[in-house]
Amino acid sequence: MKKNRIDEKNKKPPGTDLAGESYLHMVFRRFRRHHLAAVSLIVLGVIVCAALLSPVIAPYEPNEIAGPFAQAPSRDFWLGTDQIGRDMFSRLLYATRISLLVGVMATAISTVIGVLLGLVAGYFGGLADMIIMRFTDMVMSFPYILLVLVAAAIFRPGLWNIILILGFVDWPGIARLVRGNVLGLRETNFVKGSLVAGMPLRHILFSEILPNTVAPILVYATSVLALSILDEAALSFLGQGVQPPTASLGNMLNGAQSLTVLTKQPWLWLPPGLVIVCIVIAINFIGDALRDALDPNGGR
Amino acid sequence: MPHLLEVHNLTTAFTGDYGTHTTVDHIDFYVDQGEVVCIVGESGCGKSVTSLSIMGLLGRGGAVTDGSVFFAGKNILSMTEQELDRIRGNELTMIFQDPLTSLNPLFTIGNQITESIRAHTDLTRKEAKERAVDLLAQVGMPEAQEAMKKYPHTLSGGMRQRAMIAMALSCDPKLLIADEPTTALDVTIQAQIMGLLNQLRRERNMSMILITHDIGLVANMADRVLVMYAGQIIEEGNADELFANPRHPYTKALLNTVPSIRDSADRKLQAIPGMVPERYDDIAGCRFADRCPHRTGACDGPQLLYSFGKGQAARCVVAANGHDRGETP
Repeated sequence: MKKNRIDEKNKKPPGTDLAGESYLHMVFRRFRRHHLAAVSLIVLGVIVCAALLSPVIAPYEPNEIAGPFAQAPSRDFWLGTDQIGRDMFSRLLYATRISLLVGVMATAISTVIGVLLGLVAGYFGGLADMIIMRFTDMVMSFPYILLVLVAAAIFRPGLWNIILILGFVDWPGIARLVRGNVLGLRETNFVKGSLVAGMPLRHILFSEILPNTVAPILVYATSVLALSILDEAALSFLGQGVQPPTASLGNMLNGAQSLTVLTKQPWLWLPPGLVIVCIVIAINFIGDALRDALDPNGGR
Repeated sequence: MPHLLEVHNLTTAFTGDYGTHTTVDHIDFYVDQGEVVCIVGESGCGKSVTSLSIMGLLGRGGAVTDGSVFFAGKNILSMTEQELDRIRGNELTMIFQDPLTSLNPLFTIGNQITESIRAHTDLTRKEAKERAVDLLAQVGMPEAQEAMKKYPHTLSGGMRQRAMIAMALSCDPKLLIADEPTTALDVTIQAQIMGLLNQLRRERNMSMILITHDIGLVANMADRVLVMYAGQIIEEGNADELFANPRHPYTKALLNTVPSIRDSADRKLQAIPGMVPERYDDIAGCRFADRCPHRTGACDGPQLLYSFGKGQAARCVVAANGHDRGETP
């Protein structure tokens, strides 16, 4: 029986059976059509791998003085050394690691908060909706960087504090997005159908409604990811983020505040700047392509 | 024997930007074990709102403002959500008119039926699956085993409605509310689905409330018929009686709109002039009066349900007077 089925499948000429293909297949096929996104995925993959493998790849300890200070790139120090003689390439690898960690964790936290609040607001409506959405508006209307700076000043700056702070300010967009989707979904017949079938609330919220909003959440989360990496950089640049000696892409840029560094020692700020740009652009391209690929009404 | 479902004085109102509107106005009816009760009427006269009120599914702005709904002796309207969840799906269930949107597009139908079985029974996943296959076979799904793995969008409308029915029947409900179950389907599939519902209902001695605007369906299925107009029941009776002897002018007009195979070639189908008034809760007298050819002065007063014997009753003072004098209006 099983063998038969496989035979039948093989008989069909490849590429003609679009109806039978699974959703994930379709997403993958449509994603590949975006060449920029495919390249971005590779670039991001290389950066992530390098970051993850930094202890293996890095030629020196990131926080140890390895050679003469402020040396231009050479064979021994590929990206030169900083003002106190640490190897820039090793620091860059570890910094990327920290920045990605901040980005991913902050995005995860804000997605969880946003999804939960959005679900509650959208599904229950009424007073709960009112309170949650007004609170969301409030958080959204704060001058963002100021809020983060104040929070960073109150809670001592540090890796996990930065993650928490960014996580707790990035959620309003997701909450709004989810709420809007839930408003539509709660009126659909399949949600009513599960109500009629006496399904528990937990099932309706998390097994009927949530899976139907995953695609837009995923797309939005990519932009939150890019944003929180940028925010970490900005915060660290201002000295309120990840604290030295731990390297992050932002506090590596910190050195560029001095005019000598900016004009005479480009190897100190150009590489981390480029890595930030690459990561953010790659994530944005991927998000764009995902939006197209995940859209069930996108055709073909 | 007490009735399985007893609706007393049910009144449902929607509050919107322009005030409160009573869409279902003091409705009384009952359903007995094993009986099929049809609710007929045009669009916008409160049929679906009646069923949603019974199921406790009124959306935002809608609320039952008066009356009671007793199901198996217990008042549904005073139940908490948890108590409702125990009854809904288990003893009381509903299928919707649009099978295209009634299934979650992201899960296989097998998955969805299994979930709904497991919500109400202690069966293991494997047993629930077997039961689901069994149910799909019962509703005439070809290759039930294979169909379990299919997503809703790969099924035709008729097959989706069968899947919906399988899901609705997963826990042997006592009462099934079918809200225009075949409106979205073409005629042959419609006949199949109605035949299926009828057969399943007989096998299980299940009661059914069939909401439709298709008089032909009513004639086939119904034991008793409720004709709704503008939020009120304007005529009720046993199906045979009501079709043979419609009392209310609206019922008559409704029956006149149906083509018959015995019609002569030049018979024109009669449409009912006008449409259901939009803000019908403001009308003091007969709500059909504006469209009624038999209107008299007596129609301006509130209309009661006048009994015509054999369980038949109509909300028409003209019909009632004519009946006393042995004539029909």
